[in-house]
Amino acid sequence: MILEIISPEKKLFSGEAGSVTVPGSNGLFQVLNNHAPIISTLKKGTVKVETAEGEKSFEINGGVVEVLNNKVIVLAG
Amino acid sequence: MASLKEVRLRIASVNSTQQITKAMKMVSAAKLRRAQDAIVQMRPFASKLREILENLSSSVDASESGGFAVVRPAEKILIVAITSNRGLAGAFNSNIIRYVNRAIAAEYKQQHQNGNVKVLCIGKKASDFFNKKPGVFLRHHNEIFNNLTFDNTAAIAQQIMNEYAAGNYDRVVLVYNRFKNAAVQYVTSEAFLPITPPVSTDKKKGAANDYIFEPGKAEIVQDLIPRSLKTQLYKALLDSNASEHGARMTAMSKATDNAGELLRDLRLQYNKARQAAITNEILEIVGGAEALKG
Repeated sequence: MILEIISPEKKLFSGEAGSVTVPGSNGLFQVLNNHAPIISTLKKGTVKVETAEGEKSFEINGGVVEVLNNKVIVLAG
Repeated sequence: MASLKEVRLRIASVNSTQQITKAMKMVSAAKLRRAQDAIVQMRPFASKLREILENLSSSVDASESGGFAVVRPAEKILIVAITSNRGLAGAFNSNIIRYVNRAIAAEYKQQHQNGNVKVLCIGKKASDFFNKKPGVFLRHHNEIFNNLTFDNTAAIAQQIMNEYAAGNYDRVVLVYNRFKNAAVQYVTSEAFLPITPPVSTDKKKGAANDYIFEPGKAEIVQDLIPRSLKTQLYKALLDSNASEHGARMTAMSKATDNAGELLRDLRLQYNKARQAAITNEILEIVGGAEALKG
């Protein structure tokens, strides 16, 4: 799946990812390949991304995530 | 005609002024590029946020958006005037000040007579001006331009939003220079609060995707609207910042050209004066020689 993490100041991440774990308002959840479409708000926490090159993590201050057609967009800020 | 020495001094002074304006132009050009990059960087964020909001707002009642969409009679007005901290940028700052003054005198005349128009200044130029104008100055946030980040902007936006929610103001308007290109900036007045929820022009698109909403549509809208307001203020500040550097670059470019023209005229004048002095000297020598002969 394709993942983009965007903050108002810059693109934090853009590219292929195996899975991403986000701090949803109702609790942590993980998005894998072919996840159903979802829009969820996020609270302050860490976004963990699994890529072919290893795991990356980003601190966010809340935001929103949208999953659609195997494309995940995290708006952080 | 001015003496040789006077002209020489003026040439030196104009020359050094030209060097300063040229340097300022170059600095502004570099800063402009960085400011433009910042605008480009935040665009995907803003458009995505808007898209999600459009998707949602068709199915969510405006009253659920945390009180920011409630339209009250326009009795108390807050104008957010965005200028710069520094001058020498052509008409950049005076345009904003003139626009705000006109709005107070015309559009919001009634409210102003009741003392209900306040100006929140971002940028030293506006705060210097409105501080002297009795009864309108609220406060300033000049320090924001030292470190123009989203977080700093969000804090200001939050403060304004709290004041709106508390009923201190019924309308909040942003006045700033919208960036078109380095030479052209438009003075823009934009409604900040109350918000008009973005309505999707493409109705089918929103309905077609069967989203799961967590925790719920209304909660998401309540979370996103403050974010979109912060983004709007951030965008206005970035635009104004880019406009400032564009305006300064253009102004300094013109100043450099003008100094060049002035220098040409002065050099001509200098050479004429020098030639006149030489001619004079020769005449004296010849005259002296003639007198000796006789």
